[in-house]
Amino acid sequence: MSTRQGKYTVKLDNAPSIVGFAALGSKRESEGPMAQYIDILNADSMFGQTTWEKAESQMQRQVAECAINKANLSTQGIDYVLAGDLLNQCIGSHYGMREMDIPFIGLYGACSTLAEGLGLGAVLVETGAARTVMTVTSSHFCSAEKQYRFPLAYGGVRAPTSQWTVTGAGAAVLGKGSMPPYVRAVSFGSIEDKGVKDLNNMGAAMAPAAAQTLQRYFEDTLTNQDNYDLILTGDLSLVGSDLMQSLMMREGYDLSGKHADCGLMIYDRDTQPVEAGGSGCGCSAAVVCSYIAQSIREGKLQNVLFVGTGALMSPVSVQQGESIPCIAHLVHLSATPV
Amino acid sequence: MSKLSNQAYEEMSKKASPPSRSGRNIPLAFLIGGAICTLGEAFINLYMYLGVPEKDAFSLCSVTLVFLAILFTGFNLYDDVARYGGAGTLVPITGFANAVASPALEFKSEGYIMGLGAKMFVIAGPVLVYGLSAGIIYGLILYLFKLY
Amino acid sequence: MDIFMEYLKAFLVGGVICAIGQVLIDYTKMTPARILVSFVVAGVVLGAFGLYQPLIDFAGGGASVPILGFGSTIAKGTLDAVREKGLMGALTGGATAAAAGISASIFFSLIIALICKPKDKS
Repeated sequence: MSTRQGKYTVKLDNAPSIVGFAALGSKRESEGPMAQYIDILNADSMFGQTTWEKAESQMQRQVAECAINKANLSTQGIDYVLAGDLLNQCIGSHYGMREMDIPFIGLYGACSTLAEGLGLGAVLVETGAARTVMTVTSSHFCSAEKQYRFPLAYGGVRAPTSQWTVTGAGAAVLGKGSMPPYVRAVSFGSIEDKGVKDLNNMGAAMAPAAAQTLQRYFEDTLTNQDNYDLILTGDLSLVGSDLMQSLMMREGYDLSGKHADCGLMIYDRDTQPVEAGGSGCGCSAAVVCSYIAQSIREGKLQNVLFVGTGALMSPVSVQQGESIPCIAHLVHLSATPV
Repeated sequence: MSKLSNQAYEEMSKKASPPSRSGRNIPLAFLIGGAICTLGEAFINLYMYLGVPEKDAFSLCSVTLVFLAILFTGFNLYDDVARYGGAGTLVPITGFANAVASPALEFKSEGYIMGLGAKMFVIAGPVLVYGLSAGIIYGLILYLFKLY
Repeated sequence: MDIFMEYLKAFLVGGVICAIGQVLIDYTKMTPARILVSFVVAGVVLGAFGLYQPLIDFAGGGASVPILGFGSTIAKGTLDAVREKGLMGALTGGATAAAAGISASIFFSLIIALICKPKDKS
């Protein structure tokens, strides 16, 4: 049974499990701190294809197959696939999942797609609407730059607040509760816009959404950071993490020592030229579907609040002078079902 | 979220955001921009030495720098320089050339006509639109007020 | 010594113009695209008032290579064409003067795009 908690949160009484998970990365990710946990690493970011967009679809295909194998299932055993990415019309996912023959539910949450997929997938399994659900997402530095910023060969300077889009993907297969990680609760965020217009400062744009979703979850569940080992945000990176912690502090929550961000985990800012850190759907996907899920399975982490963050603008809206509306979805991942 | 105005949040963001490294950027722009212009000067002198009249030497210098910038762009070297050069590579005619070559290269995946061809001026287009228009307005003023 | 001075002037003037561009990038909200447009239009205006030619005479490449120089070339071409052809010259002069740079950009970009492949910066 799913029960509503407070105003925004859904408690999953029969917590589903992430029964299989896999992550994928390319060159820069293979040189970062998460490399040893990532299942598939390919230094050639074309992944054997002829365009960046096709490469991204191939990435999704590969990571999905890996996760399904690790779950000891076949594609026939998956009832739904929930997938999305950053490309226009989510073609990375559509062409990636084209041959899977699994009922497809498309998502757009920008960089929060993994959290959105885990949340919705968990509810589908918990309520009995599905036996198993797979969620997949990806991002690719080259395809994202081409669509949102500039051609690769263009000589532009990156602002210190900018983030490096991860060329990565992650897939998680959800099934009936049987092993950690368990998905115990879900809190979907509403769109939050504090007027940030700077495309080169996504962290600042997304921080308020993360803080809002997190605060609402704490209030709904009557908990705070002390009840969890880790509060993990998707891709706030350096600037956004700082701001989110400040915003939470204003509300009386001191996250110091408990907060980590996937954008700061996937790369080493000291040795890799990634400015403020990593970003993209693949950022949180590559970290959560490897290191985090593995740590929870092994009991090294007991209770993690994963807050995926996304920026919901398009190049058109930015050019029209609009600010950047953002969203954050929260998933409570645990080593125990209750 | 207790009431936090957008302006107040903007203040918070500014404090949390590292500023541009002007101490590094401006001297580098000066040095690299100066170097490219000096190279241009060398080409002008070379062409005049080869017997080209002065006016054409200036044009040929532009063409040469455009060629070099595009060559570097194609071989993935231009942005290595531009990353440090900033305005030093952007402001000389090399910036314009790179802005034309890079989308042509990138959008080739969408075909030669609709990709490479159509998107070639997606970055540099405004320079031509506003530069040439400014020239036309100037020309109209010259003609109408008989200032020539 | 003369040659050294000539190159020094080109270096300094070109460097200063680029440094101004960098100041605009770092301290204003102007994007690189807006800066290029402003510089080219400024070049047309300066050229129109006869203020840019002296700088080209002084610094050679230091003044002609930056995009300001491109603007002043457009202005000079327009003036010559209006003198020669009247009203038609207003339309043709700027484009004709800029033709070398524009045609070279188009043609070389086409060739390079046909030969090369975009590469991941990572």
